[in-house]
Amino acid sequence: MQIVAATIQWLADPAHWQGSNGIPLRLGEHVALSGLSLLLAALVAMPLGLWIGHTGRFSWLVVSSANAWRALPSFAVIGLLVPFTTLLDPNLGFILYPTLIAMIVLAGPPLLVNSYQGVAGVDRDLVEAARGMGMSERQILFDLEMPIALPVLATGLRSAAVQVIATATLGATFGFGGLGHYIVLGDANQDNGELFGGVVLVAALALGTLAMFVLLERRLASPGLAPRTAG
Amino acid sequence: MTVDASGHAGAAGKAGGASLEFRGVTKRYDSGVGAPGAVNDLSFQVPAGTICVLVGPSGCGKTTSLKMVNRLIEPSAGEILLDGVNVQSQPVTALRRRIGYVIQQVGLFPHLTIGRNVAVVPGLEGWSSQRQRARTQELLGLVGLDPRRYENRYPNQLSGGERQRVGVARALAADPPLMLMDEPFAAVDPIVRERLQDEFLRLQRELAKTILFVTHDIDEAIKMGDLIAVMQEGGRLAQFGPPDEILAHPSSEFVARFVGEDRGLKRLSLRTVADLRVEKMGRPVGLPRFTPGTKLRDALAILLVADTRGGIALDEGGRPRGLVTVDAIASSLTDDPPARVGA
Ligand SMILES: Nc1ncnc2c1ncn2[C@@H]1O[C@H](COP(=O)(O)OP(=O)(O)OP(=O)(O)O)[C@@H](O)[C@H]1O
Ligand SMILES: [Mg+2]
Repeated sequence: MQIVAATIQWLADPAHWQGSNGIPLRLGEHVALSGLSLLLAALVAMPLGLWIGHTGRFSWLVVSSANAWRALPSFAVIGLLVPFTTLLDPNLGFILYPTLIAMIVLAGPPLLVNSYQGVAGVDRDLVEAARGMGMSERQILFDLEMPIALPVLATGLRSAAVQVIATATLGATFGFGGLGHYIVLGDANQDNGELFGGVVLVAALALGTLAMFVLLERRLASPGLAPRTAG
Repeated sequence: MTVDASGHAGAAGKAGGASLEFRGVTKRYDSGVGAPGAVNDLSFQVPAGTICVLVGPSGCGKTTSLKMVNRLIEPSAGEILLDGVNVQSQPVTALRRRIGYVIQQVGLFPHLTIGRNVAVVPGLEGWSSQRQRARTQELLGLVGLDPRRYENRYPNQLSGGERQRVGVARALAADPPLMLMDEPFAAVDPIVRERLQDEFLRLQRELAKTILFVTHDIDEAIKMGDLIAVMQEGGRLAQFGPPDEILAHPSSEFVARFVGEDRGLKRLSLRTVADLRVEKMGRPVGLPRFTPGTKLRDALAILLVADTRGGIALDEGGRPRGLVTVDAIASSLTDDPPARVGA
């Protein structure tokens, strides 16, 4: 109960909502860097996954990236990058680059796998019917496979987003900033209010992000893709 | 317009369809020399505006033959001519948009409404949205679906039979001169299938498309075909001709077995009471009465059950025309086949 009270107290303190270590700024940092990483990862992984799914070529790449992803803990990825990035820049190479790179790299596999599965999972008879009607391969991908795969693509984006938010949190250990900063500081200062305040903020951000993607998917996915309705 | 026994139209001379010809078409999936072909040296001609049915046992190469027409599969040898032009010399997407394609799985796009599904090819062809909409409504009406009720539904809200109708409407959308239909009615129950077949034949009477129709069901082939290509294992053409000719004179043991022992009865289903030479009547009392469109096969069945020496053939106006007897029905098989398209 002490922890809960301390957490609420910490979160309610107006002093924590302003200044260069204030919650809005840290939240902004976390969101901006997560969004940027997600965007960069999506720009590479999604077209690749869609193309592999459409053509069926190089599908081994998807499987091996998924396996590597499961095997690699985020923390280890950041740590492994540090010796190389510090060669580039002793400061940013420690606090920024390794975490940012890990965020991008670790967001890739869920995007790749889901883009691939979404498109490869579209009924081949449907694709052949489309081809037989005179749709080009491009039109088949954009006007048939992607709209049908949309729920799966959204799931990929969702997992990647949560992955990115989690990795950014871990990066705070290396001075990355963001909401993880409170957790690191709270731990170091044995301040439970700050530590769990940070935890609550990270969890809220992750849940908010999930909700946003679910809503987006509901808006964009065709009602025709819902399970068969009576009618 | 003349309509024969099985409801086929005299479509000759109409400009709705294109002629189709297979010339020595062979397809080998394995490229090895001497590998057995899925389709072997297939040659036949389908006049414009007629339905040609490819029929044969599973794996005999029907689907492969069909897909070589719209180039989903490229032949290993030979050529396919559409209105005299080799399909392989034409840009593939433009070719396909001039060929309607209906498959057993229907292949409606699940994320689009029925209206948008029907308008796929017009959309690809860049029609204005007004013209697309008008065409969609016209076609839905044509296949018996009220546009107001169905236009905005999704495929998962339709029954199997309704989906098949939409599949046919979609294939007709850009008014293609040729339609390829691969077991289009196989996925629905027999009663719905029969209705879809009848409706399609009625539609074809107006549209006079050239149609290549695949089935493995000989009864469907007899019902739908102006011409039938019987195929056998190894993708060879066993016999090609009008249904009555194939039933009357199977060219091989294989064809005879494939069309069945009851091929005589099947021939009767190609003829109606109107085709029959009737006998003079005495005083007809309490005999079964047959409208001109009654199939001889059904008339025979009724006579056998009723155990009478005959029934009364009615004319179009419902007046007695003469006596129908079992003997007359049997001897009709020695007559010329009923008039068919192009005959
Ligand atoms: N893509 C392919 N690769 C290799 N062989 C194939 C391929 N497609 C079909 N075949 C073979 O070619 C032969 C003819 O197949 P096809 O699908 O044309 O038969 P079908 O007459 O349509 O049969 P069904 O009535 O079962 O649909 C079969 O032996 C089949 O196994
Ligand atoms: Mg087949």
